[in-house]
Amino acid sequence: MVETNYKNKVYAETSFIPGRWNDEINVRDFIQKNYTPYKGNADFLAPPTADTLKLWGKCIDLFNRERENGGVLKMDTKIVSSITSHKAGYIDKNIEKIVGLQTDEPLKRAMQPFGGIRMAEGACASYGYTVDKEVGEIFRKYRKTHNQGVFDCYTPEMKKARHAAILTGLPDAYGRGRIIGDYRRVALYGINRLIEDKLGQHSSIEGEMTPDKIQLKEELAEQINALKEMIELGRMYGFDISQPARNAREAVQWLYFAYLSAVKEQNGAAMSIGRTSTFLDIYIERDLKEGILTEIQAQELIDHFIMKLRLVKFARTPEYNALFSGDPTWITESIGGMGIDGRTLVTKNSFRYLHTLENLGTAPEPNLTVLWSAKLPSDFKKYAAHISISTSSIQYENDDLMRSVHGDDYAVACCVSSMVVGKEMQFFGARANLAKCLLYAINGGIDERLKEQVGPKYRPVTSEYLDYEEVMEKYNDMLEWLAGLYVNTLNVIHYMHDKYCYEKAQMALHDRDVKRYFATGIAGLSVVADSLSAIKYAKVKTVRDENGIVTDYEIEGDFPKYGNNDDRVDKIAVDLVHNFMNKIRKHYTYRNSIPTMSILTITSNVVYGKKTGNTPDGRKEGIPLAPGANPMHGRDENGAVAALASVAKLPFKDAQDGISNTFSIIPDALGKNEIFLDDLSINFDCGCSEGNSDSYFTKDKRSCFVSSPIRKGKDTISDNQKQTSKV
Amino acid sequence: MQKGNIHSIETCGTVDGPGVRFVVFMQGCPMRCLYCHNPDTWDTKDNKILSISQIYRKYEGVKEFCKGGLTVTGGEPLLQINFVIELFKEFKLHNIHTALDTSGVLFNYDSIDKFNNLIKYTDLVLLDIKHIDENEHKKLTGHSNKNILEFAQYLSDNNIPMWIRHVLVPDITFNKDYLLRLGKFLKKLNSIKALDVLPYHDMGKIKYERLGINYPLKDISPLSKENAIQGRNYIIEGIHSIL
Repeated sequence: MVETNYKNKVYAETSFIPGRWNDEINVRDFIQKNYTPYKGNADFLAPPTADTLKLWGKCIDLFNRERENGGVLKMDTKIVSSITSHKAGYIDKNIEKIVGLQTDEPLKRAMQPFGGIRMAEGACASYGYTVDKEVGEIFRKYRKTHNQGVFDCYTPEMKKARHAAILTGLPDAYGRGRIIGDYRRVALYGINRLIEDKLGQHSSIEGEMTPDKIQLKEELAEQINALKEMIELGRMYGFDISQPARNAREAVQWLYFAYLSAVKEQNGAAMSIGRTSTFLDIYIERDLKEGILTEIQAQELIDHFIMKLRLVKFARTPEYNALFSGDPTWITESIGGMGIDGRTLVTKNSFRYLHTLENLGTAPEPNLTVLWSAKLPSDFKKYAAHISISTSSIQYENDDLMRSVHGDDYAVACCVSSMVVGKEMQFFGARANLAKCLLYAINGGIDERLKEQVGPKYRPVTSEYLDYEEVMEKYNDMLEWLAGLYVNTLNVIHYMHDKYCYEKAQMALHDRDVKRYFATGIAGLSVVADSLSAIKYAKVKTVRDENGIVTDYEIEGDFPKYGNNDDRVDKIAVDLVHNFMNKIRKHYTYRNSIPTMSILTITSNVVYGKKTGNTPDGRKEGIPLAPGANPMHGRDENGAVAALASVAKLPFKDAQDGISNTFSIIPDALGKNEIFLDDLSINFDCGCSEGNSDSYFTKDKRSCFVSSPIRKGKDTISDNQKQTSKV
Repeated sequence: MQKGNIHSIETCGTVDGPGVRFVVFMQGCPMRCLYCHNPDTWDTKDNKILSISQIYRKYEGVKEFCKGGLTVTGGEPLLQINFVIELFKEFKLHNIHTALDTSGVLFNYDSIDKFNNLIKYTDLVLLDIKHIDENEHKKLTGHSNKNILEFAQYLSDNNIPMWIRHVLVPDITFNKDYLLRLGKFLKKLNSIKALDVLPYHDMGKIKYERLGINYPLKDISPLSKENAIQGRNYIIEGIHSIL
């Protein structure tokens, strides 16, 4: 190790190509001026160092102990987590190249009660811990939480809708997440410069003090506090991050401290990290050129950084984990993509990030996401495909589509939500259950399971057989009601989240005036499409209970089913998405955010299905809704491509927050193993067009989606399954 | 316009020819191969009747994905040879790669005009040779392999590219002597582009249960990948042997 050289190396101020980034906070400009696109292959990559293996061995040991311990190794029950709440913690101080933990010990989960004290207590209780009495008292008597604020303002109607699960998964008791700080700023500028910038923003707000301006000014003050705390956090570990990073190791460390501040401060539903690989590559390239860093050391830095991200954990309740099928942190890192000037944004460091899956083994977190473009360098495509096949751990998303909306410095939060780093954020809004809404339309607002009036008391369907025109009219009215209620519920939630659980660390790494998306979502799309198709093209007879409430349906005849590339029913799905989005658009959205919609339930569709009664498509009560925009299980009869073609018809402009389609496939169905088709020493040229390079197969072990028009993604698989996705 | 009796359509075919393919499964088959994993395609009664333009429209809807082209399989597509000719003609009109997956059992020189016509529009034949030994072939499929081997020779004579497919079943085809013989037969053919060896699996079992048919290979377990490679090597050994 050239440790001494490393520390002593001082670069001339002009060692980076200057630009607008010198005069303003503008990371993209820095990247564009300084990065080195890489079109070569993966041969340069280095294996793990002995230290890396040793350190990772310790982590594996910790994970095993955590599992043996029932899912949690240790919980903090006394110290309320903040950026500086805990003293420095290490896995093995002597060999860690990148340091910093959420608490003072690895995998000790922090207590984060600002979202809701009951959730924090529940999380502890479910693992046999008890939150310190005094803390409980503080957060009940003296310091209100987000959850408390929301429930103070929920209307009875909102509470009912939530209880009946026509609105589900609302972030009203937990951190909303889905915000990506521009953690790169800390490395590039150092915190002093960022504070200076924020102070300028703070003083720029004066004159007539409207509530909006007061809110923003207070938030800016909070952001400045967070930045100061970040400096303190660095000091606790022996670093001065008030100044810019001077070399690659510092750049990784500074960036990680910024991210660490965010996860110490927030237990968000998705705590994505952004788009960091190409940014860091600039520092690594400079050090490599100067001869003060070797490839082995560069890989070691990245390996240790990724290792830290794998250790990020939150205290959550079993119900929360059930909704999200596990204990995800959604540390999504967006890799690759193309620049708007036509150069690829793939660098050697893009390879190094993916290579961590080989050096450290496969893992669901961080959620390494390749921004896929048809124009990506072929060797990078090959390497990504290779890693996909060997580790099942890469998500793919469609860069060509998202670049046209967000430019070339966006990143993905959670699984598919794209936003420009440091300039855009979103208010995460969970889902409205459109399948249940259809049942409300038929039953005049009475919940089919609770047998209570939840929706408005509109006139129910009284005929024995369902009439398409009548149902559509009633459904339209009920959707109108639901959209309004949904948006208003989210308005309450996000007002309170800003007020009591503001993401000051993450927002400190944003511009002053961010573009905010109001991210609504829907569940049950295919159930509704098939139900309406059944009503239109077959005959659907209602079955009523003793009180005349329709509780079941009998279908006579066949009907076109969504997922077969059949316009008769696909159009119903398309219209539904378009109409519901337009209904959402009618309403005021908190902070004038831009309404968007997603169709991407990946796991929670199971829980939603449990709470949705029999539906007119023949689906029985309790059966999971199809995930995201998927066809209902078993109803796609013409193969994957036809199913994807149906999904691909859904309009992106009306579902800009993402459309997902999950599918699994047994490995052998992906094509021939080369061994069975090769080595006959005869050629394979059959005069056919070759499958295009976009059809690389990817797979993943946790959660997967291909969002057809939008993204290619990953999927849940068991050992004997593989995922495939294509766009 | 010609209509076909179709079993089903698969829009993401990855194993029946090169690339991702649009696969049409024809309904009806004269053979009763013991290891058949699609017994639901045997019956020649009408299932789904589709015209050529209906099929082409379905293809159009997914052509961005199915860049490999069209594969017609079954069942036995040659039972509906007139339809297949017209279907291929239509697809070739649009310059789409066509592959025919067949056992060749219906080949005969009496209707050679039809076959001459068919191969004009066929880019690739996936020829499924069930067994190289005449007696064993009869036991396995209920038919002689004479037509099949003649068909292979015919394709070779006409220089039609073909992939030879061969299912390796323990105790039935997975036998060194048979495989060497098969290889020696293949050696005589000059338009083979690939040898596609398929290890026997029992995933079709459930279909037999559903159809209420006795599953004939109950006692035979699936062939391992290693054995399949071994079997393939025997065939190649046969191909490279000196006659």
